[in-house]
Amino acid sequence: MSAAAPPLPVGREDLIDFVYREAELLDERQYQRWLDLFAEDGRYWIPAQPGQTDARLQVSLMLEDKLLLRARIERLGGERTFSQQPESRGLHVLQRPTVTAMNQERGVFGLRTRYLYIETRATLQHTFACTAQHTLACSGGALKIVEKRIDLLNADAPLPMVQLFM
Amino acid sequence: MNYRDNPAAIRALVEPDRVHRDVYLDPELFELERERVFARSWVFVGHDSQVAAAGDYVTTSIAGTPIIMVRGQDGCVRVLENRCAHKGGMLLSRASGSAGKFLRCPYHAWSYKLDGTLIALPLKAGYAGTRLSAAPSGLRLASIASRNHRGFVFARLAADGPSFEEHFGAITAVLDNLAERSPLGRLRIAGACLASVIDCNWKIYLENINDGVHPVSTHESVARAARDAAKALPAASPMPMALEQLLPFGASYEFFVNAGVRVYPHGHSIFGTRASIHSGYGDLPDYVLALEAAHGAKRAREILAFAPQNSVLFPSLVAKNALQTLRVIRPLAVDRTVIEVWALELVGAPDVLLERTLTYNRLAFSPFSIVAHDDIHVFQTVQRALAANANPWVSLHREHVAGEAAAGAAETSGTSEWPMRNQYQAWAALMAPGQARAPA
Repeated sequence: MSAAAPPLPVGREDLIDFVYREAELLDERQYQRWLDLFAEDGRYWIPAQPGQTDARLQVSLMLEDKLLLRARIERLGGERTFSQQPESRGLHVLQRPTVTAMNQERGVFGLRTRYLYIETRATLQHTFACTAQHTLACSGGALKIVEKRIDLLNADAPLPMVQLFM
Repeated sequence: MNYRDNPAAIRALVEPDRVHRDVYLDPELFELERERVFARSWVFVGHDSQVAAAGDYVTTSIAGTPIIMVRGQDGCVRVLENRCAHKGGMLLSRASGSAGKFLRCPYHAWSYKLDGTLIALPLKAGYAGTRLSAAPSGLRLASIASRNHRGFVFARLAADGPSFEEHFGAITAVLDNLAERSPLGRLRIAGACLASVIDCNWKIYLENINDGVHPVSTHESVARAARDAAKALPAASPMPMALEQLLPFGASYEFFVNAGVRVYPHGHSIFGTRASIHSGYGDLPDYVLALEAAHGAKRAREILAFAPQNSVLFPSLVAKNALQTLRVIRPLAVDRTVIEVWALELVGAPDVLLERTLTYNRLAFSPFSIVAHDDIHVFQTVQRALAANANPWVSLHREHVAGEAAAGAAETSGTSEWPMRNQYQAWAALMAPGQARAPA
């Protein structure tokens, strides 16, 4: 994103705009620019159980650092990525994010967002109910994602394959 | 085509080196599989660590029959039908929990001991002089033959059928090895399962498990992405666990040929008898020491040396001993299947083993897995394309040798389609008992 980094202090509107913009980048398939929103040690986590606190010793649906996210994005664009023939498309329909934490001194912020994520491929379309918790931190004057945690309403149900980013 | 009363027609679907597409497409055959394959075989229900205390239960279903696995007051684990003897209500509706000392139906309060015996019902006087006490309804919840082998609980729905030993034979060594990998000889199911629903017949998934040819092509995209990620790592940085597990999906045909496969009677098979995509993981010296302390150095080596890629316990359990992962195949319909992925914790072993198991399950079997996506895509296209009005036969010719069926538990190349042919011999024997086999 080439817009200037938000000036300190970070306002509520900056945080909320960030979450909307993140979803928009995914819907527009701007995966590299989306990945750039993550801090170097950032992670993307979809727990397998509601209220799960442990990502290491309890199973998760998805738990990816930037290295794995990068590999996943590279694969999405590959010529021999058969599960993307035809390709998937996704859409996020967000409820206005709620700011849950603002720590200007440490430059750490939190939001919670309820949304529907729809993914379609060929004749099949699936809708998922999600609650995202974003942990953002200021780094070099820009907001970065330290963690995007997504709690799926039906995380413990048998799920069809989900190929893009929720 | 009527299959129910026509065993010869069923037998004709399975030839020594090919099968007819109806086995994947025909709804009547799917119903018959419920009665003749899943009800008559020993199907994995769960692990007794899931019901550690008296009163603990899990619910699941086999062949469309809802069942309960429950630990009784006497400490025994039993499998009961989850169906009230009165009018068929389900006693328990959660996936797991603790029932206390009794099971009480929410509908009319009929109450049962944890062994399924009916002990109380309201307005008992109203049943005096009726036929209730002589009826199946009058006595108990239907109990189901079950066997607990080293904590792994299996059930056979049908009143008669092969014994546990007859059905599994030597393949139970796979379960023994899993338990022995724990320095304390104990396993614990770690958490809940990851479950995927896929739009294909269960046997399409089953046949892929011990298929050594497909990774080169199907998984090319993930192998390439993993290789590029590894190349981009800073020099001298440790190999991340996730990459260590993904990179071997790029192994060559030669690797899989040499990996080896062994088939067993009644449909079972082991892939990766000599090597597997898990063979190259980094050493865990603390774990090895703990195992040696428990078993002695020689036995510990033997236990760890048995690390195949997958063992299929026909019809529906898959064990990955190298990583202590279980997969359970639960068919929903002829063209719809649920795959449950479970993690086993080795009690007394370092945490890192569980971390490896959970990482692999997430990377390779989750609904979000970039390994599974290409598999599922292919399976779903098979389900659709087989119905096309062309050649109705599915080829299983690769490395077929006349007389192989008589060769018993021999070992062969890891790229042979013998595991699939072997599964269909077992399938046909269950679906059309008494029909003479074509020479294999």
